[in-house]
Amino acid sequence: MQYSQDGLLRAYRRMATIRQFEERLHEEIAKGEIPGFTHLYAGQEAAAVGVCEHLDNDDMIVSTHRGHGHCIAKGCDVKAMMKEIYGRRDGLCKGRGGSMHIADTSIGMLGANGIVGAGAPQAVGAAIAARAEGKGKVAIAFSGDGACNQGTTFEAMNMAAVISVPAIFVFENNHYSEHTGDKYAVATDRDIASRAKAFGMEVWRANGCDFYDTFETMAELLDHVRGSGKPAAIELDTERFYGHFEGDPQRYRAKGEVDRLREERDALKIFRAHEATDEMLDLAQLDAIDEEVTALIDAAVDEAREAEKCDPSQIEEDVYAAY
Amino acid sequence: MAVMNIREAINQTLHDAMERDPSVILLGEDVAGGAGTAGGQEAIGGIWGTSTGLIGKFGPERVIDTPISESAIIGAAAGAALAGMRPVAELMFADFIGVCGDQLINQIAKFRYMFGGKARCPVVVRLIYGAGMNSAAQHSQAFYNLLTAIPGLKVVLPTTPADAKGLMNEALHGDDPVMFFEHKALYGKKGEVPEGLHRVPFGHARMAREGGDVTIVALGRMVSFAEKVADKLAEEGIGCDVIDPRTTSPLDEEAILDSVEQTGRLVVVDESPPRCSVATDITALVAQKAFSSLDAPPECVTAPHTPIPFAPELERAYVPGPPAIEAAVRRTLDWG
Repeated sequence: MQYSQDGLLRAYRRMATIRQFEERLHEEIAKGEIPGFTHLYAGQEAAAVGVCEHLDNDDMIVSTHRGHGHCIAKGCDVKAMMKEIYGRRDGLCKGRGGSMHIADTSIGMLGANGIVGAGAPQAVGAAIAARAEGKGKVAIAFSGDGACNQGTTFEAMNMAAVISVPAIFVFENNHYSEHTGDKYAVATDRDIASRAKAFGMEVWRANGCDFYDTFETMAELLDHVRGSGKPAAIELDTERFYGHFEGDPQRYRAKGEVDRLREERDALKIFRAHEATDEMLDLAQLDAIDEEVTALIDAAVDEAREAEKCDPSQIEEDVYAAY
Repeated sequence: MAVMNIREAINQTLHDAMERDPSVILLGEDVAGGAGTAGGQEAIGGIWGTSTGLIGKFGPERVIDTPISESAIIGAAAGAALAGMRPVAELMFADFIGVCGDQLINQIAKFRYMFGGKARCPVVVRLIYGAGMNSAAQHSQAFYNLLTAIPGLKVVLPTTPADAKGLMNEALHGDDPVMFFEHKALYGKKGEVPEGLHRVPFGHARMAREGGDVTIVALGRMVSFAEKVADKLAEEGIGCDVIDPRTTSPLDEEAILDSVEQTGRLVVVDESPPRCSVATDITALVAQKAFSSLDAPPECVTAPHTPIPFAPELERAYVPGPPAIEAAVRRTLDWG
């Protein structure tokens, strides 16, 4: 596959941004500064970016409770996201949503979602809109190995196939639904893609820790979907480096598991190793991006901390457009 | 003005809306019907007759027959709305909100607020409701009370053909999710319907009768029962205000309070069970805001606290009827 230098740099920047955003949140949450539940996406960067690098603002995604990575990959404003997670009034959602409910419909990010499995039907609806517009746009539902067991996901896959709309079901299998392993909870021998296939869709599988593999496989999938207007699915084998939520003691992990994953399955390391041999990029360019991203995240946290808090007198705004 | 029934008014309004606005789509089970059968497309035409003729005119990409998947129907409507469309989703029976509750109460009700006021989710969910067809406990419930309790949703109960058209047009012009409750026993009710883009604003009650002695607030199918009672009592010289709120969210509090301030007596008639209902809500409103005007304790005429029974004599006993309303009105007059 032909890559452009700009494209690869952009992909790396997005992955590095997700990683540093999440690593930094992990630290700040430990300090007690951030309210509520936070589910970190670190480890899955290649999945979100490998998918979203193919999309523009008219393509739509719906995300999950573990949504920061999808938001960044789709192009949400990182500083506004940080303010949202801090619960500030000029956060991306005015401090009303928080970590689990970040959205920016103006760029086709239709929302992270606190309900596991709620997003898949919504992607079918967005795909109906994409079909009506007739410009070859697609709608993507990110789901995990938890959501793959929800009836809503099954209903959505069947309906997408029945009414034939360009909906794409991206299953990020990070092998844990909350604190339960996919070996236990996914009855089809941990195989999610075969379920999608059973609904009559074409399916693909890729290494969700490897940007190149995800990106190239998605290119094939998108050719199929944009060409046929039919739904499709992909299962991405990926990893999460943190717990289900911040504060999760992760007693379900094997000894040394996370260290091994960070050694063998780190999307950024895999990207760098690829570029070290591929010579499309100079590793110094990646180092420079890392530094820029660090500065961005530092600034995002500083600004979020300093940002004005929400005003209780505005609690009743925006429930309705008009009431 | 043309005379038609509520079924025809809704059908005509949907035809007009889809003609006028290409972003309006309809989805639900058997909204066309017959797909994948020997009888072919539109063998059914919508089981309530409200979507008849739409697929022939607008095609299967805008009139979407879905599998029996209520969560996916409402979820798809939500996603299509976020993506810029105006979906009209049909729940063949309002009882099925039990199946798709998450998409209604956690998803579409919340998007606008939770996403900082930027997301737009103008879904119209048509919920066919109500007892009277011996369809028992899972196909008869008047669930507007449940959805009235959810901030972010608007709840509409048309009781005349003109209002069915006007409220549907209003729903299709706003940017909020609207729960549009259609009583199955009212579909055949006839009346005059204004031509053109007739709109009825939400939160404005209809004064169905003016009498001045007792205020009857009636919901949905109960309005016609209340009118019957008012007409009968008028012959005895007892004047009833009959208020049809038309929307329970927003609720026209002013119309109710103004009337009670004049009459001092309130009867609320509600087809839902008695607890945590629109009836108790309106009674509380009056107790809080018009306490000093009351000359008698408010009366609630409701269904009993039971599931809806099947047998005809039991179902008749379940649904509040004119005799119970009349008795309640007389109790308020006889009090003290």
